[in-house]
Formats: sequence, C-alpha cells, structure tokens
Amino acid sequence: MALLDRVSTPRRTPGTPRGDQPGRPRRTRSLMARHERRERRWGAGPGGPGPGAEPQRASRSLLVALLLATASVTTLDLATGDSSPLDPVRGVLADTLGPAQSATTALVRPFTAVGGWFESNGSLREEVAALEAENSALRSELNTSAYDRNRLAEYDGLTSVASDLGYSLVPSRVVGVGPAQSFSSTVTIDAGTDAGVQPDMTVVNNDGLVGRVLSAGRSTATVLLLVDPESTVGARVGDSMEMGFLSGRGVIGDEGRLDLELVDDSSVPARADSVVTWGSDGGAPYLAGIPVGRVTKVYSSLRETAQRAVIDPYVDFGALDLVGVVVPTGTRSDRGVIGADGEIVGGGR
Amino acid sequence: MSALRAVVAAVAVALALVLQVSVFGPLAWEGVVPNLCLLVVVAGALTRGPQFAMVLGFGAGLLLDLAPPADHVAGRWALALLLVGYLVGRVRPESRPTATTVVATVAAASFVGTSVFALSGVVLADPVLGVGETLSVLAVSLVWDVLLTPFVLPPLMALFRRLEPAHAL
Repeated sequence: MALLDRVSTPRRTPGTPRGDQPGRPRRTRSLMARHERRERRWGAGPGGPGPGAEPQRASRSLLVALLLATASVTTLDLATGDSSPLDPVRGVLADTLGPAQSATTALVRPFTAVGGWFESNGSLREEVAALEAENSALRSELNTSAYDRNRLAEYDGLTSVASDLGYSLVPSRVVGVGPAQSFSSTVTIDAGTDAGVQPDMTVVNNDGLVGRVLSAGRSTATVLLLVDPESTVGARVGDSMEMGFLSGRGVIGDEGRLDLELVDDSSVPARADSVVTWGSDGGAPYLAGIPVGRVTKVYSSLRETAQRAVIDPYVDFGALDLVGVVVPTGTRSDRGVIGADGEIVGGGR
Repeated sequence: MSALRAVVAAVAVALALVLQVSVFGPLAWEGVVPNLCLLVVVAGALTRGPQFAMVLGFGAGLLLDLAPPADHVAGRWALALLLVGYLVGRVRPESRPTATTVVATVAAASFVGTSVFALSGVVLADPVLGVGETLSVLAVSLVWDVLLTPFVLPPLMALFRRLEPAHAL
C-alpha cells in the first residue's frame, strides 16, 4: 500500500489517460491494476469476504459433525444387536406416530376405496360369471360327495379341537406400509401390547401366512412380511411333507414371489403343490400348518445340493388390510379376540 | 424465530412421514411411494441453504429410520438425506429457483438419496435387492417424487421462505 501511495502522486488528474504520464514505471501500473481488480472482485461479492466464506466453512464443519453423528448412530445400532440403545427411541416413536398413522389411515380409507368404483361394468360382469361358474362347480362337488362332506365335517371337528389347544386371533388392520425405497417389506398394524400383541408372534390373514411381529408398541406393532429378504420361514411341501426354508425376495406387488430351498435334493415338488409352515418350537414365531403359497417353478442346480422352488404366496402383499395376530388363548386384549371356533371373546370396542 | 422454524420443520417432517406411510401406502406403485421427507429436505435446502437443510435432513432421516414400519439399521436414511440436504444447499441458485430448476433438483435429489440409501445397505450388509430391481425402484421413486413436486414443493418453499429472517438471501 505504501509503495502504491508513493508512486501514484497527487499530480495525476482523473481525466488524464495513463499513457500520457511520463516516468511512471510499467510494473507499478500493473500492480495497481491488479490491486484494483482484486478489490472490485471482493466488493462485488454478496456481503463481502467475511460473510461469504464463513457459512461455507461452518456448513462444512456441520456436515462433518452430522456425518460423524450418523456414523455413531449406525455403529450403535449395528454393534449392540438385539438390545439396541435406540430401541427406547423406537418405542417412543411407535407410541406417538403409530396412533397418528392409525388415525390417518382411518381418515383416508373411504378415499382409497374410490378406485373400486371405476371398475368397468364389463369386468364386473366377467367376474360375476367366473364366480358363478366356480360356485356351481363347488356346489355340485359338495352335493355329489355327501360321504366326503360328512368325513370332512368330522375332520373339521377334530382340527378345531386340536387347534383349540391354545391359540386365538387378535384382529387388526394395516395402517402403514414401509416404502420400497427402504428395501425392506414391513407394515404397521393397529394392534400393540395393549391388544396382547408381543414380538415374534405369527401374523395371518384369511388367505394364509403374512409374517411375524418384529416389535410392538402400546397401540401399534411392526410386522415383517414374508416377502422381506430378511425373512426366513421353515416350510414343507404339503403333498410330500418335504421340508425346506422359505425366504423372501423383497418384491411386493403382483410378482411377490418367495424362494423355497428344499433340504432333500432328490424330491421334486410338483407345480401347484401347496406349501405350509412346519412350525417353530412353542408356536413362535411361526405356527405349524399355515398355508403359505403354491409352487410355480422348480430349479435344481448341480453346484448347490438342493432344489430351489419358486412359491407364489396366497396372500396379496400389495393389498394387505385385515390381518390377525396369533396369540395364546386367554390373552388380555383391548378388543374382541377370535377363538379357534370362530367365536369372539371379550372386546372393548 | 429460530425455535418457531425448528418446530415448523419438525411438524412438516412428521406430517410427511405419516402421509408417506399411511396415505400413499395403499396407492404404492410396485411398493414404491413418493418420498415426501426427501421433498421437505429439498424445499428446505432450496430456500435456506445447506446448514438448515443438513440438520433437517439428518432429523428427517433419523425419523424415517426409527419410526414404526422401518426395520433397517438406523442412520441409513439419516446419511442419505443429510447428503441430499448438503448437495442441494450447495448447488442452489442465488435467486429464486425457477420451476424447471426445482423439478431437476428434485429428480437429482431423489436419485442421490435413494442410491445412497441402497449403497449404505451394501456396505452395512443389510439385505439388498439385485441391481435390476434396485434400479427399477430408483426409477419409480424418481417418477413419483417429480410427479408430486408441483403439489408439495411450492407451499413448503413458501412456508420456509416466510420463516426466513430478513437479512438472509
């Protein structure tokens, strides 16, 4: 600055072109020009150099701080496994956001049903015709086989006695669906510990197995669906009693398929064989004999010494609504519990 | 003002989460729903810059990670939305963004957010889908997010802009 002041003497008048000044060193002129340029650039910035650079540095350090926070949360959750210190937070969120989800779903349910109104007359007619045909086929089957019917009734009685050995259903509705962007298939149901629902209980609907309860809040619970890649269910092919392991592929919707890995590689399941659960010890997380789906394709690989069958689940996971949670009979619940014989016990609502 | 802004942001994120899970659940296309939390973060980033957006993204992500239907390792959505907030906040235009800019930003943010989430699953050995299925989820969620942008972004951006102190921008 001192050098510039000395060189640019007060002799210089503002209007004079620079070339006319004799004896002015070229170097100094360029220095001055650079100085001016720098000043202009600084001055033109929004708010000067201080405010411009400060938020940038602050935002970078904030980014690092938040990244570290994320890493520590992830590590905390990953390393501690089942007894995660984040579980209380999850519980609190389930107790606050769960009821909000229930209320919202109840609010929009009439609107989401609007889609059904726009089904065309033709498709409805076709559906009615198909159903009538199926109905009459079933009825004729029923009429022509009175003997079978009687025997079936006896079996029915037996099974209801057998299944009366301790389980009932808590009815509930799906109020939240986990997005596929999270790459896991979970839903929220509106029954929680108040209704007698505990983690690791079987969840079914009228088509078959839906999944199991992962965690339960007071009024809502999270259910891991069968199609989740993390879900593995012991299953057997109903026609041959061959055992295998059923795992999800994480795809919901029309092609919500499951993979069945059979233990015995010599047995080949037939197409449309039905697959049921083989059950776990004590009925948790999966009860025995719940229908899961039917075989659509069978793959066998020489490298792996097992058969792999593709199972089409009976349950439509894209349109889950009413589900039942299997609870021990006599569970205290805030709503009516459906017993093995279809009778509704208790009920506060 | 700052406390009010925090409360409004928290309410917006919670509302987005509940809507995303409960209202769009039955309307899901291939199981994919619009990522409303991501839209809130983008709106915050476009109006208020990276610092606010990073905190907002971190909070929204944690909520997505811990609120009921979630079952992955906590912190994955937090990381994804934090990065989305930072990136969108850094590249936002000085003046009011045009509609095209907003849509393009949302598309990029949706792609980045979902990809970061999927990649974090690979790193953490959380179960992931195959490449083809992951890409189709990415594409569908991008379409959803862009479709909802005209309805969600303008009111949110107006909200965040109104809460802005006078000296900024």
